[in-house]
Amino acid sequence: MWFKKKVKAKPEEKLKLPDGLWVKCETCGEILYRKELEKNLWICPKCNFHFRINHHNYISLLLDDTKLKEKDKDLEPLDPLDFPEYKKKQKTAQEKTGMKEGAVYGLASIGEIPVVFAAMDFAFMGGSMGSVIGEKIARAIRTAREKKLPLIILSASGGARMQEGILSLMQMAKTSAELALLAQEKIPYISILTHPTTAGVMASYASLGDIIITEPGALLGFTGARVAQQTIGAKFPPGLQRSENLLAHGMIDLVVSRKELRSTLIRILSILWKHGKAPTK
Amino acid sequence: MNGIWLDFERPIGELEKKIEELKGLKGVDEEITRLESQAKRLKKKIYSNLSRWQRVQLARHPRRPYPLDIIPLITEDFIELHGDRRFGDDWAVVSGIAKFDKFNVAIVAQQKGRDTKEKIKRNFGMPHPEGYRKALRIMKMAAKFAMPIINMVDTPGAYPGVEAEERGQAEAIATNLFECAVLPVPIVVLIVGEGGSGGALAIAVGDRILMLENSIYSVISPEGCASILWRNSSKNKEAAEALKITASDLIKLDIIDEIVPEPTGGAHLDPEQTAKNIKDALIKHLDELTKIPIDKLIPLRISKFQNMGVYKE
Ligand SMILES: [Zn+2]
Repeated sequence: MWFKKKVKAKPEEKLKLPDGLWVKCETCGEILYRKELEKNLWICPKCNFHFRINHHNYISLLLDDTKLKEKDKDLEPLDPLDFPEYKKKQKTAQEKTGMKEGAVYGLASIGEIPVVFAAMDFAFMGGSMGSVIGEKIARAIRTAREKKLPLIILSASGGARMQEGILSLMQMAKTSAELALLAQEKIPYISILTHPTTAGVMASYASLGDIIITEPGALLGFTGARVAQQTIGAKFPPGLQRSENLLAHGMIDLVVSRKELRSTLIRILSILWKHGKAPTK
Repeated sequence: MNGIWLDFERPIGELEKKIEELKGLKGVDEEITRLESQAKRLKKKIYSNLSRWQRVQLARHPRRPYPLDIIPLITEDFIELHGDRRFGDDWAVVSGIAKFDKFNVAIVAQQKGRDTKEKIKRNFGMPHPEGYRKALRIMKMAAKFAMPIINMVDTPGAYPGVEAEERGQAEAIATNLFECAVLPVPIVVLIVGEGGSGGALAIAVGDRILMLENSIYSVISPEGCASILWRNSSKNKEAAEALKITASDLIKLDIIDEIVPEPTGGAHLDPEQTAKNIKDALIKHLDELTKIPIDKLIPLRISKFQNMGVYKE
């Protein structure tokens, strides 16, 4: 009963950073010199499109000394439903990214303010959230609560991981419950949304920040345009799910260029979270 | 009899039709008795070996009892309350207060609608953000007056439309997960028919999660899964198998607490019996939960969800 129209699906876009000398901007079509683009933090100088970058890039960009003291690095996914092809997909993603799973978390500091920092990586199975990502995010939140440190989570995700079925769905409840406990301790949580953050992640911790910051032009929303088309025949107008439109509809606090992201975090934390409050090591 | 037979039930339908035809005739009593016991055996055989996809069909059966059929059978004086106080009143979500056995409760339910007109009014049971915000408003009121909450889930999913996006479907769902985790009253959730992903979960965070025997609860619809996995939405049977979405799957995965039995052949064949089974189960859990002090109940609820997930440490 679900499908009004059968739409031929497009193969998912390939998500690795291009390795040639020249790169074409996927938004404005401009041909860009790779070295220049890299120096510009993978922001198109012509149209301000923010290319997708990985979690290493964000760690270098945001954290003091570009360092994350990563925790629970070895948490690994299993295949609880014995789902077709899942093990193979895990292996491919692990080889491609060098990660055991698509999220990292740990202790860091930003502008000398100690924080708990977590980041998802879209390159690992589209940033889909299974048990490991849910658990890592939950532990990040718990660490922030126990150590009384501000929490920053950088999201990039297509949603819950289908291959872990209902267990994936429950990660939404798990992470949100942890955030409810964090909120009771009055510890700030800043949610950074990057391109794209949708579905199960957007409908849980990504949307629950005290402050929600996004990169320009990021695709953000609950339903993917293709699913909306297939299930109810809805046609999403262009821009509906872009950062700027969410800002206009009151769903996020700030759209911030990647170049200003670190300084914005420092400014916010130094107002919300007085230095004196942070425990000294 | 019930008029609508699913494809796998057709042999039963044919037998019952034959029996009906014979009933007007004389001297065929023996034949009728024979056919009736044959039908009984056939029912037992078919319904005790349902595939996952067949359960999906039962969960979506056009005559399946919906919450608004069940609520009058298990409560006294249900008063429906409307609106989210922010934008509007979403008819895909029914909420209110009632007397239930010895309890005064709040009830939040998703409602699909029976005929075409009602289906449209109720948006096929797919809530907009205002539906989830109405649900939260009523649940918070319940907490204010220390009333336990009964949530009944029956939705294909949260509405995937333009206005739903603009009004913050993701935020509405997330906020319900966040608030319900620490709401200081007992919450019992019953999956009545379809538990469609985040749209279901938004009213399914609670102390106990029950599923009717032929209901389903899934991260994605079988059709959606098939279209992503095999680029073919007609491979729904395979997807239903892979996703493991039945009540017996979910109890094995430690996601739900109890399966509420349905009459043979499905809830639609005997709504009264179904309602009685539901009522008994809800009373049992509310009896247990209302004895637990709130400062113990919340940590128990949270650790229930903390423990969900399978991974290698
Ligand atoms: Zn460009």
